[in-house]
Amino acid sequence: MAIRRGRGVAAINYPTGMNLGGDPTQALVHSTPTGNFMVTLSSVDLGQGMKQIMAQICAETIGVPTDRVVVDTADTDTGPHCMGTFASRGTHRAGNAVIQAAREARQVMLEVAAEELEVNASDLETDGQGNILVKGAPQKSISIFDVALSAHFKRGRSISGRGMFLIPRSYPEKETGAMKPSTCYAHACTVAEVEVDDETGEVTVLTVKNVFEIGRALNPKMVEQQLVGGSWMGISHALYETTEPYYPNRDHGGTDFNQYLMPGPGDLAQTEIIVLERPSADGPYGAKGPGEMCANPQIPAVANAVFDAVGVRIDTLPITPERILRALKAQASN
Amino acid sequence: MELRKSYFADQRKDDLHEIGQPRPRSDSPGHVTGKTTYFADRNFPGMLHLKMVRSPHHHARIRSIDTSEAEKHPGVVKVLTAKDVPHNVYTILILIQIGPEDETVLADGKVRWKGEAAVAVLAETERAAQEAAAKVKVDYEVLPAVFDMDEALKPGAPIVNEYHGRNYYLYDSGECRKVRFGDVEAGFAGADHVLEQTYQSSPIEHAPTETTGCIVAPEGNDRFTCYTNTQAMFFTLDNTSIILQMPGNKLHFVGGTVGGGFGGKVDVIVEPIAILGAKLTGRPVCFIYSREEEMQISSPRAAEKVVIKDGVMNDGRIVARKVTGYTDAGAYSRHSPYGAQKGAGHYPGPYTIPNVWIDTYCVYTNRTPSSAMRGFGVTIGDFALEVQMDKLARLIGMDPLEFRFINAYRDGDMKAHRQPTEGAALIECMQEASRAANWPVAEKFMAMSSYAKGA
Repeated sequence: MAIRRGRGVAAINYPTGMNLGGDPTQALVHSTPTGNFMVTLSSVDLGQGMKQIMAQICAETIGVPTDRVVVDTADTDTGPHCMGTFASRGTHRAGNAVIQAAREARQVMLEVAAEELEVNASDLETDGQGNILVKGAPQKSISIFDVALSAHFKRGRSISGRGMFLIPRSYPEKETGAMKPSTCYAHACTVAEVEVDDETGEVTVLTVKNVFEIGRALNPKMVEQQLVGGSWMGISHALYETTEPYYPNRDHGGTDFNQYLMPGPGDLAQTEIIVLERPSADGPYGAKGPGEMCANPQIPAVANAVFDAVGVRIDTLPITPERILRALKAQASN
Repeated sequence: MELRKSYFADQRKDDLHEIGQPRPRSDSPGHVTGKTTYFADRNFPGMLHLKMVRSPHHHARIRSIDTSEAEKHPGVVKVLTAKDVPHNVYTILILIQIGPEDETVLADGKVRWKGEAAVAVLAETERAAQEAAAKVKVDYEVLPAVFDMDEALKPGAPIVNEYHGRNYYLYDSGECRKVRFGDVEAGFAGADHVLEQTYQSSPIEHAPTETTGCIVAPEGNDRFTCYTNTQAMFFTLDNTSIILQMPGNKLHFVGGTVGGGFGGKVDVIVEPIAILGAKLTGRPVCFIYSREEEMQISSPRAAEKVVIKDGVMNDGRIVARKVTGYTDAGAYSRHSPYGAQKGAGHYPGPYTIPNVWIDTYCVYTNRTPSSAMRGFGVTIGDFALEVQMDKLARLIGMDPLEFRFINAYRDGDMKAHRQPTEGAALIECMQEASRAANWPVAEKFMAMSSYAKGA
């Protein structure tokens, strides 16, 4: 009886969005009288930080600091249609809609600024700090604050825009299955290192090294929170979680967090996250959806590491101590 | 976390002001100080609490329902049964033309899984609703149930759901969603080795911090405001509109920050019945799942069975892959026909294989209906695919990471579902993993690129 060490690898890809169902999202953007910007959506922030990322996308596109943007979400009286927050689609779909709306608003903003500065709108640029400058002559400028005031009270212009993003639905061909499930895919490769106690069947995940390719890390800190959380969830799926431990038997289902097992802080593996960025052709600033895929590669990586450690295959999830011990027993009797 | 900017540097301009910046989240201070408002933080005068009477049986005919004792219970305001629901038989994906309608809001004549809602009780307090629910008498005739997908697919198995008439979802392509590419049998015939293996999983709970729920307030003008933690506002509103036969302009859905979804809050279960309760009583109604309901009543991730048969050459090339996937939908469709179809579009994984055959089935059993969850249609498939890859590598005596490089897809490669690969990055992820994990592979693999050959 011994503690045995092993490691395993897995590599995966994951589609962004649900092209097979059709998934449109819309956004509206408008300025306040003092040059702040409001993004209106019906999309839902599930705690992953959608509002923050939409604010950064809008700010980048209009050319203002992020703290000048407020995001109003999840109200069907005010927000235009969004299919929903799922299928790794929020950032990609709503982000594209926000860019389109923000571009339209930016154009009006530049037109008003052009009238104030008596130049052509095409000769103007934003400095990202809240000002509009004449290209090549930055001493000639106007603040967005003043542009918004002018639009509202003097020139009668609405600095606003409408955005819509829709990838046409793909219907699978009946006989061949020809279809277009997605326009972009995120990627990952995970190496997991485990220790398996061949006396108790208990698995300890020592390290997980995750490499994720996500198109573009729009906010690296938020990407990190999602990828670390996903990696933890993957390990949890591999070793612990199920509502029906003896599926297809319906008995013994957990009804609370005492009975439904998940790894606690003491079970966390040393986690390494490395991010690569290959911008997607149709992503907002190149982003893909990393929300779901980041929890997938750890499961097979852990399963393969368990085999590497003790030489038994557990092909049924979750990989419980009971299953490992039964497999070891079967192996010994063969 | 580290960003490795050396990869794909030629495809990226790093000249942005706000994008790529690690700005602090504007909502974080509210979250960590407990100031963020969630739907359940609202409290309206006169608010009623809704509790469900649930089936204790996996499959049963309902002979009769007697609500008289429950109605007399102190604090009870209204008891709802199937006849109170205007359009009681529904299915949520009808909005994207995936029918038939196959599920009841409140059981009508039959229950098909243990925990299915049969009667809704509305009372002044949660306790009164709970106590009254226990007084509802439902006379059941227990029917044979089927829990195992293999058993469910056998001829003569008890029919789980009469709206389908068979224990699997019927696609336009037949009993399963199909992908056919090349000649898989010829591929097996010419392979050095053929390996067939079966993988399985059990249902998994989303386990959000905040359980599923909503609070509905009548606005006094025939409109109802529903404060909800749904993941999809209009999807829920439009389905509610169908179920209640109520024009969409009478409904106002308000969300906000949700305490975790993971796909568990897209099923449209709590909102229609709570709005109906508010309409029939004229009072605000609160319907929030207990933790037990969240774990055993709300949809889990489907259990799946995946059978993979591969033909592989001694030099590491996979020449044929056949995948048969089974998704255990439980008693009703919800999102499962879509999930099984998504699986068909995902196999054979991020590898270029010349001969592929995919069948994915959505199977009905007498258990809690499953539905969407993070990685829907893909997560369990990836477990199966990547363990299979490990087995294949060992079968031919090859390093598992090098084996994946040999088969990895690259730009321009034709996928089994007949789309050319674009924007691939699997190879670079594996190269970086090789470095980070100190798992060396041959130099020729470190020199590979996802870009099209000759590009």
